Amino acid sequence: MSTAAADLLQTYLGEEHTISSWLLTHDHKRIALMFFGSVTLFFFVGGSAATLIRLHLVNPAGTLLQPEMYNRLFTMHGIVMVWFFLIPSIPATLGNFLIPMMIGARDLAFPRLNLFSWYLFNVSGLVALYFLFVGGVDTGWTFYTPYSTLFANGHVIAAAVAVFINGFSTIATALNFVVTTHKLRAPGMTWFRLPLFVWAIYVTSIIMLLATPVLAMTLALVAIERLMGIGIFDPSLGGDPLLFQHMFWFYSHPAVYIMVLPAMGVVSEVITCFARRPVFGYKGMCFALVSIAVIGFFVWGHHMFTAGISLLSAVVFSMLTFIVAVPSAIKVFNWTVTLHNARIHFDAPMLYALGFVGLFTIGGLTGLVLGTLASDIHLQDTYFVVAHFHFIMVGGTVSAYFAGLHYWWSKITGKHYPETWGRFAAILMFVGFIVTFAPQFILGYLGMPRRYYTYPADLQTWNVLSSAGASILAVGYLLPLCYLGWSLFYGRKAGPNPWRATGLEWQTSSPPIGHNFLRTPQVTEPPYQYDPRDGSYISQDGIRHA
Amino acid sequence: MSARPREPVAPYFIGWAVLLLLLGLSVLSAYEPIGPYLHPIANFGIALTQAAIMYILFMRLRGRPTLKWIFAGAGFLWLIFLFGLGAVDYLTRKGFPLR
Amino acid sequence: MPSARTLRPGMQYADLEQQSETAQLGMWLFLATEVLFFGSLIFAYTVYRSAYGHQFQLAGHDSFILLGSVNQAILVTSSLTMVLALRAARAGEQRALVWLLCATAALGLAFLGVKGYEYARDAASHALPAIDFVFKPGYRAPAEMFWTFYLISTGLHALHLSIGIVLVLIFAVRAARGAFSPAYDGPLEVVGLYWSFVDTVWFFLFACIYPLGRVMT
Repeated sequence: MSTAAADLLQTYLGEEHTISSWLLTHDHKRIALMFFGSVTLFFFVGGSAATLIRLHLVNPAGTLLQPEMYNRLFTMHGIVMVWFFLIPSIPATLGNFLIPMMIGARDLAFPRLNLFSWYLFNVSGLVALYFLFVGGVDTGWTFYTPYSTLFANGHVIAAAVAVFINGFSTIATALNFVVTTHKLRAPGMTWFRLPLFVWAIYVTSIIMLLATPVLAMTLALVAIERLMGIGIFDPSLGGDPLLFQHMFWFYSHPAVYIMVLPAMGVVSEVITCFARRPVFGYKGMCFALVSIAVIGFFVWGHHMFTAGISLLSAVVFSMLTFIVAVPSAIKVFNWTVTLHNARIHFDAPMLYALGFVGLFTIGGLTGLVLGTLASDIHLQDTYFVVAHFHFIMVGGTVSAYFAGLHYWWSKITGKHYPETWGRFAAILMFVGFIVTFAPQFILGYLGMPRRYYTYPADLQTWNVLSSAGASILAVGYLLPLCYLGWSLFYGRKAGPNPWRATGLEWQTSSPPIGHNFLRTPQVTEPPYQYDPRDGSYISQDGIRHA
Repeated sequence: MSARPREPVAPYFIGWAVLLLLLGLSVLSAYEPIGPYLHPIANFGIALTQAAIMYILFMRLRGRPTLKWIFAGAGFLWLIFLFGLGAVDYLTRKGFPLR
Repeated sequence: MPSARTLRPGMQYADLEQQSETAQLGMWLFLATEVLFFGSLIFAYTVYRSAYGHQFQLAGHDSFILLGSVNQAILVTSSLTMVLALRAARAGEQRALVWLLCATAALGLAFLGVKGYEYARDAASHALPAIDFVFKPGYRAPAEMFWTFYLISTGLHALHLSIGIVLVLIFAVRAARGAFSPAYDGPLEVVGLYWSFVDTVWFFLFACIYPLGRVMT
């Protein structure tokens, strides 16, 4: 057989070919790829809902979709994107693939639990697809009571079950990552020699473990209330609808950090490599990650400012919201300083990462506008909020996800994607994103409420602009699907370290062998030992590369 | 594989007895008129004590503080955050409960 | 005599001891999630008990404190047998290990039996919310809410206990076949942690449910 085929046989991709060798695998790399498949499917399911929404909103009278259908679509979009795409995307695909490699281990601590997590994810996905196809839910992804418990006509219980099972998948993965990071680091890999991506995934996993159980209980209570009509959240029976919101947002605010911290980890990896500079303030970055994760649990009330909580608690939550912005700002500052006066290589991963930094900053700053009580009264439940979180989730997390896919593509597949197409897609996505979501800040400021299927006619221009941008954005998402897929068959074969990066994952073959390393690495260097003067670097196993 | 030296059983039986004693205390306190605030404090205090005995003695969370201690305590610490910040609203909101 | 079977750790582990420590760490982390799971339910309970103290006292008065206490005594004893089983495993005493595991499972089943009897008594006194609930004198809606929390919390606890019983029985069978030795008792330690934790949850549920309303002013 050809050398290429013989080489492939040695790698995790070629070791065995049967379907059961994939479906029953213990290999974290294969599980990562299977998650990638699942997550990509749901990205396009959620994206199709968004497409229909933006098409509908071109017309102020809202004639494309029935109002009921519109409500079901934005609910579907939120549920699918949050739980079936954003939360698992970076951790379950890139995290699963890279964490053991970055710490010099042969696999995660609990490989069978890892596989079980994938099956749980798909079971929850099947339940989700089921309730979507039998008519959906119209409560919004936030399931606010008493509408969801008493009055909604959709399949709330099925949706709650889907998210509940999904939560178990999340917890299983997170548990694996935390224990692995503690117990399976290679000799010499101390905590402060870990790549920032590992720190980010670790901290994200802590949030997942501590927040998700509360969501599980909250949704269980909603389902029980809906089934039995007891009055847990029903005011006429003594219940408090705000109790639901307290419990729901106790999870869902940390959930947004679950969605963004892994992205920050990717960005740190990419920026140092393509600026050929150690990251500025490594320990500050670690401290910032931990701070965001912890303080992020103290701010949930800022989703409830206008819901009826007491003024005192609103003030307390507002103050804490301002505090949580500080460590995020530290990270942006440190990335910026890393880039300052650096010789930047504008390859596709770097373009996506730079997009993250800019768009996340805008999203984060607008979060402070919303965290201010006086302005939130006007902006709550308007498109300002929608724009704010899309800047972070899409402008931020999705950009970073694509950055990571492109950066590690050669490691995962052993092939190069076509660089020109990669750069083009990155720029197209950035432009499409801005045209889609920047007008929504204006719409929110002008008072357009979210989750309404119609709007005043004088706001049409901005809505049309936003929808036009969405079409550009859609192309920006479809392009990578095409050329990344193309590269699997026709891409140039990749060497072990095409980006000349310092991490342990780059000191082994592309794609890796089944056990990742021929010999356990001995770590002697901190990460990111790039020499900015001549681009040489010292990899973490101590070898100097010119 | 040689067997390790036999561990003493006495601590476990003592712990078992103390737990049952605390149960008795909880039941007895239920019938004492100590007021509507002291009752939950006493009962939950007893439950916390029992949990501590369970964790330290039966689940062997002793010796030098280790990672296990952090994992064991994290859940409770986070509950303090939930109860605490949630209480800020419930203690100062006038609209609930509706009489 | 301990089994002569030699076991190799997973390929990512240096030795069995590292694997066992790692498994225990994983269980402690899982228990942290369970603390938050049950804890958030108790948070909701606390909110309503603070708001509707008198109603909760009225409703709690009708809970069967004797049965609840008997059940706690059963569970505490089962934790004793569990921890003695682990001690037997570490000492290489195979027979004691098997019998103590069986005793633990038996006590767990006894708990479920008493719980089932208690549910039957609750049903007979029409205290099942939405299914068969009679508003006793003085009861308003929050009293029914107390019983909802009672059902949800004890139901979830019973589910966790059932899972524990199944695991303990599986391990008892494996122990009888000589699967465990002083060198390899990691899985037993992990199940022991889970079992003791389920017992711990009951301490808090007991405090929420049974001592209420015994001193009516």
